[in-house]
Amino acid sequence: MASNAWRSMLSHVVGAAKRPTVCSRSVFSRGLQTVTLIPGDGIGPEISVAVMKIFESAKVPIQWEERNVTAIQGPGGRWMIPPDCKESMDRTLIGLKGPLKTPIAAGHPSMNLLLRKTFDLYANVRPCVSIEGYKTPYTDVDLVTIRENTEGEYSGIEHIIVDGVVQSIKLITEDASRRIAEYAFEYARNNQRNSVTAVHKANIMRMSDGLFLRKCREVAESFKDIKFTEMYLDTVCLNMVQDPTQFDVLVMPNLYGDILSDLCAGLIGGLGVTPSGNIGANGVAIFESVHGTAPDIAGLDMANPTALLLSAVMMLRHMGMHDYGKKIETACFDTIRDKQVLTGDLGGKSKCSEFTEEICRRVRDMD
Amino acid sequence: MHFTRLFSDRHHIIEEEVHFLHILAGLCIMMAAALRGSLVTLAKGLTGTGPQWQQLAARSLSMTASLGGPEAPPARADATFKVTMVPGDGVGPELMTAVKEVFKAGDVPVEFEEFHLSEVQHMDSDEKLEQVLASMKTNRVAMKGKINTPMEFKGELAGFEMKIRRRLDLFANVVHVNSLPGYSTRHNNLDLVIIREQTEGEYSSLEHESVPGVIECLKIITREKSRRIAKFAFDYATKKGRSKVTAVHKANIMKLADGLFLQCCAEVAELYPKIKYENIIIDNCCMQLVQNPYQFDVLVMPNLYGNIIDNLAAGLVGGAGVVPGESYSAEYAVFETGARHPFAQAVGRNIANPTAMLLSAANMLHHLNLEYHSNMVSDAVRKVIKQGKVRTRDLGGYSTTGDFVQAVVGNLRHRPMY
Repeated sequence: MASNAWRSMLSHVVGAAKRPTVCSRSVFSRGLQTVTLIPGDGIGPEISVAVMKIFESAKVPIQWEERNVTAIQGPGGRWMIPPDCKESMDRTLIGLKGPLKTPIAAGHPSMNLLLRKTFDLYANVRPCVSIEGYKTPYTDVDLVTIRENTEGEYSGIEHIIVDGVVQSIKLITEDASRRIAEYAFEYARNNQRNSVTAVHKANIMRMSDGLFLRKCREVAESFKDIKFTEMYLDTVCLNMVQDPTQFDVLVMPNLYGDILSDLCAGLIGGLGVTPSGNIGANGVAIFESVHGTAPDIAGLDMANPTALLLSAVMMLRHMGMHDYGKKIETACFDTIRDKQVLTGDLGGKSKCSEFTEEICRRVRDMD
Repeated sequence: MHFTRLFSDRHHIIEEEVHFLHILAGLCIMMAAALRGSLVTLAKGLTGTGPQWQQLAARSLSMTASLGGPEAPPARADATFKVTMVPGDGVGPELMTAVKEVFKAGDVPVEFEEFHLSEVQHMDSDEKLEQVLASMKTNRVAMKGKINTPMEFKGELAGFEMKIRRRLDLFANVVHVNSLPGYSTRHNNLDLVIIREQTEGEYSSLEHESVPGVIECLKIITREKSRRIAKFAFDYATKKGRSKVTAVHKANIMKLADGLFLQCCAEVAELYPKIKYENIIIDNCCMQLVQNPYQFDVLVMPNLYGNIIDNLAAGLVGGAGVVPGESYSAEYAVFETGARHPFAQAVGRNIANPTAMLLSAANMLHHLNLEYHSNMVSDAVRKVIKQGKVRTRDLGGYSTTGDFVQAVVGNLRHRPMY
């Protein structure tokens, strides 16, 4: 209770854009934390290096364990991630991931899907806050999309019934729906959010989305301090592009979540500036940048590390290192607001290394 | 008034003569009004033939029809078109009243056959549905409001809207997303067409509980329907002179289902070399629509994505009150709003925006080849929006639905007449 009051006071005192925190973990000691770092493909290595440099200049007590994720075929023919990566994640429980290549016809499922299945990453959290200094037609966006990440339309169960007729199965289970609803309300409570909105299409998919909705309603009963509303998916889309300020925390099944979270990312400026976190069942949390690997600019020092950096800040908050997170975030936002040193996608002409250096300089000046 | 202006040139007309003529004119008008009044009450007494009587009475006694110049179309009672009308739930009835008023004022030769079908208000029954379908099959053109699908699982998985769609095989839903001149939003000068397959896909209403606590919902994609909607999209683009068709899908995740849809679109695209064909993943499409919607022209997609993109695009130009849409089958056409919401919280408050329904009605008149009336109605609506004086609440104004309709009617009469 006292920590809640302290946290809310802190967020009032510090001016800049409020970053929602994931629940703080008091289990970490004050020593050096180890975090598994997965650089990824394409521009992944460059932006990971940038983040590591910024963390170094901020003197964050983190040591990185780099691991590579490429699908290997385990015993029995099942595709899985390399065992050393799995062992590292199970030990550190925190991961930071760059973009991974999803091959279209490589014979194995996408790497993101494999990671999800291995660590049971059931919740994808994407806070979308308008960035001062990066102008979009939508200002004052401040919402969080929480998406169920394991089932729904992405169950991957498809059959060809007869030639020319394909069926794809959308799976909704009680357990997964309850789990994601509980996570959403916990998140709202821990981050001082006022309301949770369940997004569904229960008028059309009466049984499946009906079950999801029922579970959300049940969980809402035990969280009376948080306002619970429900809204149809099409109404949400309609209102989101007209007035995004009316939304706070949104919880939804897989497909709607995918679409809405990308829609919200578009409102604040695209995937290049959007952080994202995946929460797993055993305390595992992997924070990632959600943009693609951008193979056309890989290796040319043109990439924008903002997305990975903001995800890393989200990770720091999750680990309880709020002050470090605030410092790095402020430095990043100040750099973008100043508009002197910006990478190509933000409208400037600087290189990735120059952008990183500018942020490092600001972080060092803040001490 | 009219007479005095004619006679003012002639100085030798005695004042008493003018005075007498005034009284005569006044008496004539009073008699005409009385006659019209009694005819109207007579008409109201006769149910079923009410609209027809009213139209006849109005036509024979109104001055404007007789003063019609060379532009006026032949407004004859036997050339009326019959159109089925299903007002639906929520503000549907209010919007339909608006359409009827505007049509009456504009002497549009269309007669509506109304049916009240509603799942929420317990006015549903299978016989009613059969009546509606029979009427639609005879008239071939219909105007529809949104029939609300209640959320409670009452033992049937397909709502009335889905049933109508399936029985009439209304496979293509076309939504016209055009920015209204005079009303600026964050993205102006938009001109998109969204074509959505609306009989299969995620709305197949095939759900079952395989194990307690686990529910499966089937999404069906067939080659035949995907090809049909793709061909419709390309034909539409060709007919309207559009340059690009973009297919929206999620084939990186739903490899077989959306993969089949994408394959069909690509196959059909090869038959139309003049039209550029692209494809985009649904989440990227949503993001691009809010960042840079001008890169799209015609979009084609399966059912659920269509629902999302329709509403998103409607929000971009001003909301559900301004976007018209229609549904086509090989034989029938149903005209309705683009973003289909019953808007139940506005019922009875006279605040709904009838623009979408009026523009859709204008499209319907165009479909019936009543070009003159179609342009008249849509020009009047656009003029009112452009002037900006009468705006309903969703566009930031304070006017009621009634005010808006009156403004449109007023602009109808001011068509230049010789």
